[in-house]
Amino acid sequence: MTTDAATAQPSPLLAGKNRGFIDRFGDRALYIITLLAALLSVAVVLGLAYKIVDEAAPAMSKFGLGFLTTSNFDPVHGEFGAAQFIYGTAVSSFGALLLATPISVAIALFLTELAPRSSRTAIGTLVELLAGIPSVILGLWGIIVLGPVLNDTIEPALHSVLGWIPLFGGTYSLVGLFPAILILTIMTVPIVSSLTREIFATVPPTDKEGALALGATRWEMIKTVVLPYSRPGIIGAVILGLGRAVGEAIAVTQVIGNTAGIHSNIFLPADTLASKIANTYQGADPSTTIPALAYFAVILFVLSLIFNSVARLLVRRVQSRAGRAG
Amino acid sequence: MESSQRPDHPLLAARTGNLRRRRAANRTMETSAWIAAVLAVAVLVLVIGSVAVKGLSSISLNFLTQNADPNSIEATGGIANALVGTGIMVGLATLMAVPVGILTAIYTNEFAGSRSASTIRYFLDVLNGVPTIVTGIFIFGLIVTAQGHQSGWAGAIALAIVMLPLVARSCQEVLALVPGSVKEAGLALGASRWRTTVSVVVPTALSGMITGALLAVARALGETAPLLFVSSIFATNLSTDPSQALPSVPLVIFQFSESPTPAKHDQAWAAALVLIVVVLLISIVARVLSARMRRRLGAAR
Repeated sequence: MTTDAATAQPSPLLAGKNRGFIDRFGDRALYIITLLAALLSVAVVLGLAYKIVDEAAPAMSKFGLGFLTTSNFDPVHGEFGAAQFIYGTAVSSFGALLLATPISVAIALFLTELAPRSSRTAIGTLVELLAGIPSVILGLWGIIVLGPVLNDTIEPALHSVLGWIPLFGGTYSLVGLFPAILILTIMTVPIVSSLTREIFATVPPTDKEGALALGATRWEMIKTVVLPYSRPGIIGAVILGLGRAVGEAIAVTQVIGNTAGIHSNIFLPADTLASKIANTYQGADPSTTIPALAYFAVILFVLSLIFNSVARLLVRRVQSRAGRAG
Repeated sequence: MESSQRPDHPLLAARTGNLRRRRAANRTMETSAWIAAVLAVAVLVLVIGSVAVKGLSSISLNFLTQNADPNSIEATGGIANALVGTGIMVGLATLMAVPVGILTAIYTNEFAGSRSASTIRYFLDVLNGVPTIVTGIFIFGLIVTAQGHQSGWAGAIALAIVMLPLVARSCQEVLALVPGSVKEAGLALGASRWRTTVSVVVPTALSGMITGALLAVARALGETAPLLFVSSIFATNLSTDPSQALPSVPLVIFQFSESPTPAKHDQAWAAALVLIVVVLLISIVARVLSARMRRRLGAAR
């Protein structure tokens, strides 16, 4: 196709001024069009940041940073604070990542070191398909299938074994932090494991072979070569997973019970920043509640900015080292 | 097990407890990795299985041809209007996000200096990390408040913002895969830069770009949060007018799932089945395309 295009016309060297004009114009036009598209992409991010800060401005100037530590959210008296929702967001996402991190690293190790070569792609694809399930469907599954199982079987069992830890209290519920943690775990495992897998692939094979040649078992090789080499990258992957968990609104709002409160029992309902926005933004009072909820959005945006920047630095560190070694 | 079979092997002659312990640790960790992988696949099967079983029992031709009414509590109705609304909004979003995403990727990979390319990539990563509910608030403030009502256009723009970083980042990755020698061959034949980009670089990367676009479409089809405030109060008749709020399949699933009536839950499962089949089909097609392209580029090198 390319050669056709090139031979159909006389060589540009012989074509004279006309062709030169078209090429100069074409180069210029492509440059300008693509530059405009790139600027538009950047403008979307800046515009989004400006708009949510603008919406939140009344609440930000009225409550300041004290907003983060104030726990009452009272639209009737116009008193707002985010502490209960920050608590719910923190417990649900840290809980999820606490479960998802070892599972994801294990899956990545399985796919890079253990699985028979023929089944690697198949299992890897299946795990990635899990990431493709829309969150609203996971939420639906969470309410109707997972919720009753947790309430009737798993929560009482956990309480009877681990009940001495306040997290596993004696009151059970169909909805609450615990199902939210599990749903967020399901959502973050595919993300973290596929990123971790990419990082494991950059470990120099000579290092691994060296460890095996010295008599290390496979696990000792992983422990002494693969994991130390990939540590910053794994942390980066986990932070990106955390970013996803913190910002998830729909699936969480379906299973968490949407009852704000700070309590140690993870079986009880709670609420998060994102799910509170999802539930109350529509039709809220534009002069009081909307700015407070936009303040929530500002918190979420700043968190995602921090998570992304830190993860980027960590992943880049692994990549530049891999580049040097290669 | 191995060690008991060949006790005379010289390396294993000094069979201390140490070696046994190291092997036991190795086995334990290998087994845990197996369990983790099986667990993930089991969850996938469990979720898709629930959707298939519960969805198949309440899906029918009527369900696909009648309109949804999330406010009614009856078991009648379907998702025809939601299917049309999703099609229109995702279609419009694709028409916006795919060209901008591809052009952005061409700019960063062909024209930009390394610093500005890295800055643009950073902005795209940030946009990809923005919670989609925050995107919903952004479009609500930007368009819905200004217009005074929700619209399919607002929904499409919100979805386009979700899709844009996915399209742009995946296009950047495949453009970077195009071998420099192919590009240089074009330039060496005397073709200008735009000519080389349009007729050499882009065709080489095309199937990879389509993969990126398809995965972004699959993502947009299932997004609920960006539409929650910008296109959620819709008429219950079938509408194709994006200047009014349009229903969408994920939003209908969300509204039905929050309903207290079991009949609505059944409809949510049926709608979930339709959505999951479409989303998984698109992701699988995208993966096949991308595997084919990587094979071809691998052979070209």
